[in-house]
Amino acid sequence: MKNFLFELKEGLSISYMAIKANKIRSALTAIGIFIGVTSVVLMSTAIKGIDNSFQNGISALGSDNLYIDKWKWFQDEEWWKTRNRKNLTMEDYEKYKESAKLPIAVAPQVWTVQTLKNGGITTESTILTGTTNEYLGTTNFTFSSGRFFNEIESRGARNVVVLGSDVAKILFPKGDAIDQSIKMKGQNFRVVGVLAEQGSFMLGSMNPDKQVYLPIGNVFKYFQSEHFRSVTIIARVANTAMIEKTVEEAESIMRRIRGLSYNQEDDFSINQQQGLTKIYDSTVGIIQIVGLIVTGLSLFVGAIGIMNIMFVSVKERTKEIGIRKAIGAKKRTILGQFITEAIVLCLIGGLMGLIGAVILSKIVNQFLPTSFQAEAVILAIGISLITGVISGFAPAYSAAKMDPVEALRYE
Amino acid sequence: MNIINIEHISKVYQVGSEEVHAIMDISLRIDKNEYVAIMGPSGSGKSTLMNMLGCLDTPTSGIYDFKGVNVSQMSDNDLAKVRNKEIGFVFQTFNLLPRSDALHNVELPLIYAGVPSQERKERAREALVNVGLESRMHHKPNELSGGQRQRVAVARALVTRPAIILADEPTGNLDSKTGEDIMTLFNEIYLQGNTIILVTHEEYIAEHAARIIRIKDGLIERDEPVKNRFIPNGRKFTVNQ
Repeated sequence: MKNFLFELKEGLSISYMAIKANKIRSALTAIGIFIGVTSVVLMSTAIKGIDNSFQNGISALGSDNLYIDKWKWFQDEEWWKTRNRKNLTMEDYEKYKESAKLPIAVAPQVWTVQTLKNGGITTESTILTGTTNEYLGTTNFTFSSGRFFNEIESRGARNVVVLGSDVAKILFPKGDAIDQSIKMKGQNFRVVGVLAEQGSFMLGSMNPDKQVYLPIGNVFKYFQSEHFRSVTIIARVANTAMIEKTVEEAESIMRRIRGLSYNQEDDFSINQQQGLTKIYDSTVGIIQIVGLIVTGLSLFVGAIGIMNIMFVSVKERTKEIGIRKAIGAKKRTILGQFITEAIVLCLIGGLMGLIGAVILSKIVNQFLPTSFQAEAVILAIGISLITGVISGFAPAYSAAKMDPVEALRYE
Repeated sequence: MNIINIEHISKVYQVGSEEVHAIMDISLRIDKNEYVAIMGPSGSGKSTLMNMLGCLDTPTSGIYDFKGVNVSQMSDNDLAKVRNKEIGFVFQTFNLLPRSDALHNVELPLIYAGVPSQERKERAREALVNVGLESRMHHKPNELSGGQRQRVAVARALVTRPAIILADEPTGNLDSKTGEDIMTLFNEIYLQGNTIILVTHEEYIAEHAARIIRIKDGLIERDEPVKNRFIPNGRKFTVNQ
């Protein structure tokens, strides 16, 4: 151990001198690692950022929710078996709400796409979610101002709306949305609340930032018939441990409501966000893996550069290796010395790469969410170390197994 | 007490499909505090013998006892340990590390021996003072003259207090005046009780030793004491005085 420390210190000072003696060569080689580490770290922070955004979105929508729908979200059955299912209706919702004991909140949901106007400003194709005041209880929404519509407004189908943060920004650039009116289909709606940014662009059309919420009765009154689209019943489960029981309960209640006999299959589907997560993992996950492989390739090229230069270095210093062996350096010592040198080169590149990644992630953050954390530092140093060991091993081994007599004779 | 005891060693190299017998059959003993010169023309097997004496190489057959331990079958790592602790090399081309200063060059064998930093520095300084380089400790090899470089190499060889000093043509790259200085240094080292093996092809250098072993065609041709040892500074005296 004591010897190891002396040899490590010697190895570090040799590396320092060798790198100092070949500044340009070392710098050029380190650039390969610099680029590799920058891209890998940047990629991983982007992946982390996208993941965080997705997870935030999921938790804003409520992670323990059941969505009782006409169809399964991610259909794996043959479509013709399910195409004749009846829509879920508001009566179904009322009956379920009455019978269900386990959920802590139950709300119906229908959607429609409308154009919103505030004076001269218009937003086209905005998704409107019609629901009841209980909807809030199924989410983890936070408000930047105002509130969700209350029970009276909900039951009476008053003309009130809650805006997602992005929608509010477009319609009210000055930010004074509360108690202002917006127009849809010629009707005035009063803004009672604006959501805080939920930051979940990964959810696409489900992103609350891009939605508008209003009492469900309005949807039927102004925009579309009650039977045009199937109603989704959202049920918030008390806690994760209760999911299974709540699903079971929902299934039996729904079968009764839908009047199914024992030998008929379900004509509804109980969806969970697991489905979303699954689809997210299978698409985004693949993109992430491909991204890491591609960026990993640049690191690989950098590693080959290091390996190449280490082979050159070993060849150039054959005589030195001979001298060291003659005066008592063991194989292990020589091996360690050259691996140390490769690691030092990689660490130089890696630390520069880390700095590069920090700067770039700030820039990329303007377009894509990135999440730069301590893990990235560990990642950068870790991959530099590993790259150093891997790329340094073969050259170091060739140095270690040199015959001292041959090496001393080398000119 | 004998340090080196070689019995019937041979060394065969495979060059292409041909076997080259660099050493046919050599037996010899070297005692503590001997000053031996090994002579021979090129191709005589002198270098091969030196490599084996220095534990840089192992014989094809035969036994090499070094301080009572058979080193002829040792692993590379064990040989490295023997070289580190027991053998001090002095080469014709000095073989110092070009990027390290004199002090660090002398420290190097002690680093591999695992000597703590403080003690290492002290011993290295002491060794450099002994060879008269107290004012050159932080000079790099290219800032030193040939003679000074060779004295650094001698200090490096001595710093581990080895059982033998193995010098391969130590004056080969020096002018005659500087060469003479180095030989004076070797004489002092010898008189301090060290064992020196000197490999050379110059009769005049070999006569500084007390015994000359002449090698020819892989065999010992002659092995005899030097009658009129050449003592630097012009003094001459006979062996075993």
